[in-house]
Amino acid sequence: MSASTRTSDIIRHSAATQAAALEAGEVSSEELTRAHFGRIAAVDGELNAFLHLNQDEALTTARDVDARRAAGEELHGLAGVPIAVKDVVVTEGQPTTAGSKILQGWIPPYDATLVRALRKAGLPILGKTNMDEFAMGSSTESSAYGPTRNPWDRDRIPGGSGGGSAAAVGSYEAPLAIGTDTGGSIRQPGAVTGTVGVKPTYGSVSRYGLIAMASSLDQAGPVTRTVEDSALLHELIAGHDPHDSTSLPDPVADLTAAARSQDVKGLRIGVIEELEGEGFAPEVRARFTESLDQLERAGAEIVRVTCPNFTYALGAYYLIMPSEASSNLAKFDGMRFGLRVIPEDHPTAENVMKATRGAGFGDEVKRRILLGTYALSAGYYDAYYGSAQKVRTLVQRDFAAAFEQVDVLASPTSPTVAFRLGEKIDDPTAMYMNDIATIPANLAGTPGISVPSGLAEDGLPAGIQFLAPARADARLYRVGGALEALLEDSWGGPLLAKAPELTNGAQR
Amino acid sequence: MNTVQPTSPIELVDYDEAISRFDPVLGIEVHVELGTATKMFDGAPNIFAAEPNTAITPTSLGLPGSLPVVNAKAVEYAIRIGLALNCSIAENCRFARKQYFYPDLTKNFQTSQYDEPIAHDGWVDVELEDGEIVRVEIERAHMEEDAGKNTHVGGATGRIHGATHSQVDYNRAGVPLVEIVTKPIPDTEGRAPEVAAAYVRTLRDIFRALDVSEARMERGNVRADINVSLRENADAPLGTRSETKNVNSFRSIDRTVRYEISRHAGVLDAGGSVVQETRHFHEDTGGTSSGRPKSDAEDYRYFPEPDLVPLAPSREWVEQIRAALPELPAARRRRLKGEWGLTDLEMRDVVNADALDLIESTVDAGTSAQSARKWWMGELARVAKDREVELEELEITPAQVAELQGLVDAKKINDKIAKQVLTKVLEGQGNPTAIVESEGLAVVSDDSVLTGAVDQAIADNPDVVAKIQGGKVQAVGALIGPIMKATRGQADAGRVREIIMDKLGVN
Repeated sequence: MSASTRTSDIIRHSAATQAAALEAGEVSSEELTRAHFGRIAAVDGELNAFLHLNQDEALTTARDVDARRAAGEELHGLAGVPIAVKDVVVTEGQPTTAGSKILQGWIPPYDATLVRALRKAGLPILGKTNMDEFAMGSSTESSAYGPTRNPWDRDRIPGGSGGGSAAAVGSYEAPLAIGTDTGGSIRQPGAVTGTVGVKPTYGSVSRYGLIAMASSLDQAGPVTRTVEDSALLHELIAGHDPHDSTSLPDPVADLTAAARSQDVKGLRIGVIEELEGEGFAPEVRARFTESLDQLERAGAEIVRVTCPNFTYALGAYYLIMPSEASSNLAKFDGMRFGLRVIPEDHPTAENVMKATRGAGFGDEVKRRILLGTYALSAGYYDAYYGSAQKVRTLVQRDFAAAFEQVDVLASPTSPTVAFRLGEKIDDPTAMYMNDIATIPANLAGTPGISVPSGLAEDGLPAGIQFLAPARADARLYRVGGALEALLEDSWGGPLLAKAPELTNGAQR
Repeated sequence: MNTVQPTSPIELVDYDEAISRFDPVLGIEVHVELGTATKMFDGAPNIFAAEPNTAITPTSLGLPGSLPVVNAKAVEYAIRIGLALNCSIAENCRFARKQYFYPDLTKNFQTSQYDEPIAHDGWVDVELEDGEIVRVEIERAHMEEDAGKNTHVGGATGRIHGATHSQVDYNRAGVPLVEIVTKPIPDTEGRAPEVAAAYVRTLRDIFRALDVSEARMERGNVRADINVSLRENADAPLGTRSETKNVNSFRSIDRTVRYEISRHAGVLDAGGSVVQETRHFHEDTGGTSSGRPKSDAEDYRYFPEPDLVPLAPSREWVEQIRAALPELPAARRRRLKGEWGLTDLEMRDVVNADALDLIESTVDAGTSAQSARKWWMGELARVAKDREVELEELEITPAQVAELQGLVDAKKINDKIAKQVLTKVLEGQGNPTAIVESEGLAVVSDDSVLTGAVDQAIADNPDVVAKIQGGKVQAVGALIGPIMKATRGQADAGRVREIIMDKLGVN
């Protein structure tokens, strides 16, 4: 970045570029952080990406980083670069609601492990981003605090459940964000907002401090504007955590080097037959095919593979996820934290629980609790939860078989571009279909990345998803980074530069 | 869910009559709180009687985002218990969630083991009062976490009924438990109450020997759920059982079984059928009352705990733990009984008084087994009874008892003085030797002192002297008494007797 770059422009650059400017002393973290709060003030009224802003604390962190940098201290590569955190991740001293009324006003007394990592590295936390209540949804419309809007078209959804994080990154409110992905909640919002989203290998980023939806599926990861930025953030938040029994002991791979390698020669890419047919919009498929062509021209080998059990993955997911969710959400009972509703007559413990949950949970949450409770009930367990676990094993076998033939798998991230607000809110099954391509990776615990593949229907962004075997996250960065470079060359710059300017955010 | 049956008064059948006509079958679930430094799934301290809600972390409070991690020490303790109960230790096991709603349960599920317990299929031999051995088969021993504790305020009884509000202390939430479940225990031949109490006592002793728990019944460290069912004869299928929860003294266990056998017999005699339900024992009446119905419809919606990876205790580890197991109580009792030369009856008294450790330590400090036993089962048992405390709570150590007996053995003091010294030790005045010295209590065997006292006694009691000289040697006691009194009990009585005999020329 040239020294003449104005502060108002810097927020439109990647986190890596912002970090370089900080390192070079062209801008201070305080200036950078203030610039982001300025952008948020200008546009978030239109988007509703943030549920809570954290200005005082973020500026304190920024000034501290500036002082440490001035003192010549060696800092983390992303020190001083602001970040937004999905509101399902607990932050000590700052509200955390998981998009639910039942946690309105709750101030957690502790930090999630990944938040500790962010604080330790000196990233000012701008605030907490909007989401579907308890991460249940594909549109951010089921937030108790109103929907987030897509920066490309404010009548459209920004994806879900991490629509707030994706919209914040896509609208230059934040260069980096944390999302969580239980069935695609990082990748699908990434696809429909033209941003990059990564679901790391299950267990590679600690779940300690993530408000659980479905423990065996949840995974936190980066939401950014470039593949390299995701790699930088991924490396920062990954690593073994003794507070999480399912945390992997592996050292963190050099993901940034993979993202920068730009080399796909000889890489075998498998196209999943089951994930490009019916239900996938023609222009989304077209952008997908063009992306593969680019990669093939760059030396990758494209192979068709079949994963027959992926057909059943959606069904299995919608049994396992609500089963675990029904159990994980049982603690929200008005006894220890958050909302407590005391009914006028017979305020027994049981009635307080009933009234609190009745008032505190939204429709989608109640729907999934009921589904999960039913699926785990004696007499139905084997037919539902038990069968779903068997399908899960079959999906894992499909992946294993496919990865014997190829290095990575590819599919469109989401079957369609962003749909209109309200379009699917009354049709849960149609809503659930949005995650059809992303869900298998959660069932198998394998990593996935979504990168922008171009503009499809209505000039809205589409995404391409790459999947790798567990612990082989670096492969995703290698292919994602290479494709991003190839496509940006053909587009003449980042896809986000093609987004229409937000009405009130006129300062460009 | 079933509705509670209307409770009509039940004619209890006399216990002896009941067992003459029915065959009782027991099932016992014992929970033991493990004495680990921290809780089952987090780093909160595992302590008793702290200020409410101070021994907690986000995990033991079940705060949003918190996650459990298994306490390896608790697993080791569970394996120790499993091995001591002759169980097989699972090569793979895992935790499950047992789901129900209650304010003392922070997550509204209890993390427990369900279909894959850490230990299964064992047995333990239980010795009854008369030395008879009953073998109790163990179905399983599994790990789980304790719940918090509710206190109901505002009502007359302290129970939830009538209370205006309730307070919850989560200090106990997440304390590691092992639950030991027996297979049905048939063939108790009229001794079911005694078998039940002796079984729990046997486990309690094993827990202490294994050093996995303080195993204090009165603190609720060990709690028993007592299942009782009756059938017409030993070949009939098992009857419907009742489960009396959280019985926590040996006497109460005995009374619970006795009462339930009488009650079941009464229900069956009246042509009714026993309801499968949980019941509560009442110390004051010795009876039980209905809790909630526990029908098969109760649905805990168990499923594998997704926040915890499965456990696979390595065989090397299990064998290491097995090799390091201490001598277990039954074997130890057999050994000590032989070493000490006690009779069955003496040994049983010692065991029943929980005095084994105290006596063994006293013997180790250099005292004969009989002397050590006499102190602990005699004078000290009396003092403990008067003060209504356990023997081990007395302000005296086995080393001090041994020191005291040592003074007696060395004839520094006699038995009578020894008891005085004991009282002073119990009052905290110091060690026996120091007390004897500072108070000048040592036996007086100095002839110059004793001769003067003897001369005085002879002078004072001419009639007694005449009797002795007339051949009634046993009358010498009448002279010794005043001499002992004059020397405050410290005279060496044997030496006094010799001096008297010399003086009177009687030999």
